[in-house]
Amino acid sequence: MNKYLIHLNSKRCIGCHACEVHCKINKNLPVGPILCEISHKPLKSVKGVPKTEFSFRSCYHCDDPFCVPVCPVGAMIKRADGIVYVDQEKCIGCMACAGACPWTIPQLNPQTNKAIKCDYCLERVDQGLKPACVTKCTTHALKFLCLTEI
Amino acid sequence: MKKTVYSICGMCTVRCPIRVEVENNRVSWIEGNPHLMDHALCARGSAGVALLDDDERPQQPLIRDGGRGAGRWRQVSWPTAYDYITEKLKKIKKEYGPESVVLSSRGGPWQSMYKTFIHAYGSPNYTNHDCTCGRNTHHASMSLNGVGRKGFAYDIKNTRHLVLFGRNYFASLQIAQGNQILDMLDNGGRLTYVDVRQTMTGVKADRFFLVRPGTDYALALAVIHEVIKRNLYPKDFIDKYVSDFDELCAFAEEYTPAWAAKECGIKEKAIMAFVDELAEDMPKVIFHPGWNLSRYKDSFYVSRALHILNVLMGNIETEGGLFIPKGPGDCGKKGIRILDCPKPDIKRGDGVGWKYTHFDKGPGLAHLFFEAMRSKSENPYPIKAWIAMRHDPFCGMPEPQRQKLLFDRCDLLVSIDTQYSEFGWYSDVILPESSYLERDNPICLQKGAKPRLIVRRKAVEPKYDTKPSWEIFKQLADRLDISEYFPYNTIEDLYAWQLEGTGYTIRDFEEKGFIDLCDEPIPLYEADRLKDQFKTPSGKIEIISKRLTDAGLPSLKPYEAPDKPVRGMFRLLYGRSAVHTHGHTINNPLLEELMPANTLWINKRAAAKLGIKDGDLLDVTASDASYSGTIHAYVTEFIHPEAVYTVHGFGRQIPLQTRSYHAGLSDQKLMSGKLDDWDKAGGAINLCEAFVFVQRSMRNPKRRIEL
Repeated sequence: MNKYLIHLNSKRCIGCHACEVHCKINKNLPVGPILCEISHKPLKSVKGVPKTEFSFRSCYHCDDPFCVPVCPVGAMIKRADGIVYVDQEKCIGCMACAGACPWTIPQLNPQTNKAIKCDYCLERVDQGLKPACVTKCTTHALKFLCLTEI
Repeated sequence: MKKTVYSICGMCTVRCPIRVEVENNRVSWIEGNPHLMDHALCARGSAGVALLDDDERPQQPLIRDGGRGAGRWRQVSWPTAYDYITEKLKKIKKEYGPESVVLSSRGGPWQSMYKTFIHAYGSPNYTNHDCTCGRNTHHASMSLNGVGRKGFAYDIKNTRHLVLFGRNYFASLQIAQGNQILDMLDNGGRLTYVDVRQTMTGVKADRFFLVRPGTDYALALAVIHEVIKRNLYPKDFIDKYVSDFDELCAFAEEYTPAWAAKECGIKEKAIMAFVDELAEDMPKVIFHPGWNLSRYKDSFYVSRALHILNVLMGNIETEGGLFIPKGPGDCGKKGIRILDCPKPDIKRGDGVGWKYTHFDKGPGLAHLFFEAMRSKSENPYPIKAWIAMRHDPFCGMPEPQRQKLLFDRCDLLVSIDTQYSEFGWYSDVILPESSYLERDNPICLQKGAKPRLIVRRKAVEPKYDTKPSWEIFKQLADRLDISEYFPYNTIEDLYAWQLEGTGYTIRDFEEKGFIDLCDEPIPLYEADRLKDQFKTPSGKIEIISKRLTDAGLPSLKPYEAPDKPVRGMFRLLYGRSAVHTHGHTINNPLLEELMPANTLWINKRAAAKLGIKDGDLLDVTASDASYSGTIHAYVTEFIHPEAVYTVHGFGRQIPLQTRSYHAGLSDQKLMSGKLDDWDKAGGAINLCEAFVFVQRSMRNPKRRIEL
């Protein structure tokens, strides 16, 4: 069972793409991989005002991820709290994970030649902080939710 | 070792407070100051880290070796560069007088240092970029309220209805204000947005007026007409604090909503419904008087009309309205000292103060110096040197091609900047300033409901051989024998001098990055205390301004319809994106990744007539065919068919900036004849009065042959 979820309040999102850069800076990523993405639908007129809906996508941290078993060196790991992450020490950069993922979420970091993907900034989460994208969201549109079983 | 540094962002001129984490002289994290911004930061703010690492910025002082703009640079030491500039400045002073040197900078809290330098050198000619930014708004506020555009702040969070005429808050992003708007909307407030195209701000609006370009004034006048007709305005306030109100009533008589609806291409019913809403929401209504209104020939009067609408809403110094920013005096505190040198008693080279008496003499108007460069006869002296302090005249003002010919008459062009600017590339000396994360800046005062002192502190040591501006000006001042105006040797000396007598030391900034001058927001002034607040000759809000009348200009200008483009041409409009700061960030690796080039917005029907499809390459040509550029089309129904729109700052031509070199299209190069097209009442350049030819480019591939 996944414990965490990132939720976007589309009403507050202004499509400024700051989350994408906050993520890259925290992960020290070069030009190339972008681990989370803001997108919006084409504008559509609602009562005379052209409107749109924003959506945020990173990794879905699947309950039963295809990327984990396919990894030949056991570098793709799903933690007990549901976070799927890449062990950078073990990863050999074969990118089998990206091939197995229906959305090709894992990307190659050209600087290290290893796979990289959203891991909810687990070092931060383990310190009781929120992921970089959520913490620094320009308009506080992103929320990091901790799910509880009922 | 990890350390935290509180500082001020420098990726744009909003200057948000930030908190920086540094490990081993490397920035590992930047966020909005948690005490003020709840960690919020925009894309550019985070990408400051990429600016630090960027090696495509000047890394040591450079002196030009080849012709201007040829890009042949000699790398020199700082003392050599200082000596070179000093020698030239001394020679120019001897031959032409000190007044022939102009220094231009960005506006903002640190301009006193640059102003002090040029005044102490002996020239009155300090100027800034504002003639292509907020000058019209500033002068509009001066003429009406007697205070500049920063004489009022906006209590957006508590308002019920925010009205924005093209003020695209979520692209020309101010994080704190942006969050206030969203909080206000979350609390059930309303947003009305007026523009010639839909924007990120407009998608959050409850009411959207897509108007014909250049007709904002018609809509504003119609709202004034209707508010007066329905007697919605605050009579007591107007009796007490507004002069010549009757003249406004008589003037607005003819501008009916029905007329404006036709003029703007919107529905009369919608204007009426809008005024109904205003009546419900008054006095908690804010008409934003605009910021970068250096746009149409009547932008000054649009801003005046919007200022007048605020008065009619009765929102002056009220909750959810406009309020007067409070300073140290309101807190019973002593202010900080800033560098200062009296302005030399010499006529300004731009004519402001003697030829043009209705403008603010502070920074004058940068574009009017070109007149002085052009002809000797009309002006008291020639302009022989220009020092651009983080100002890029070639990117900011129209027609860099023509500007170059005029700058060629100067004996010295100096650029002080963190990056290569278009002007810097053409200049004689580039002095590389350390980036905002690598330098200290003087302490500044931020007025508001809760005034505070705030300071930019160096987070990391400079990566290259760059220097902070306080040191650059100190070194030049020492060599020019004007060091008495720069009473410091180190930044600590300067801080101690600034804070002398305040009871604070620079260590007091370490805890939060700023010092609050009071614990609780200062209450609004009582209604009867307002009479000293309007610094006009009569002490009232003046509908008819004597300054304008004396200059032979109307205070209430009758509406004139904007020009229609001829067939095949479009009005060229420019704007901002939330991921770039004009030309300043186009070459930043992480921002270039987000937005590598601009596109040309064009109306769907207009595009169909020209056979243009979304994504096509277009040729955009200046009206006199002096310049042409290629850009991809963005076809949309949400822009007025008379206009095309693009993001400003692209089309850069500096070979050392490999990412931005010739990426996208430069709007200012397409503005033929617009260097001289300026607003005689407001002073700013009319940047949205240029028309361009647009056609599908021959460069669109017809066939593809691979082998």
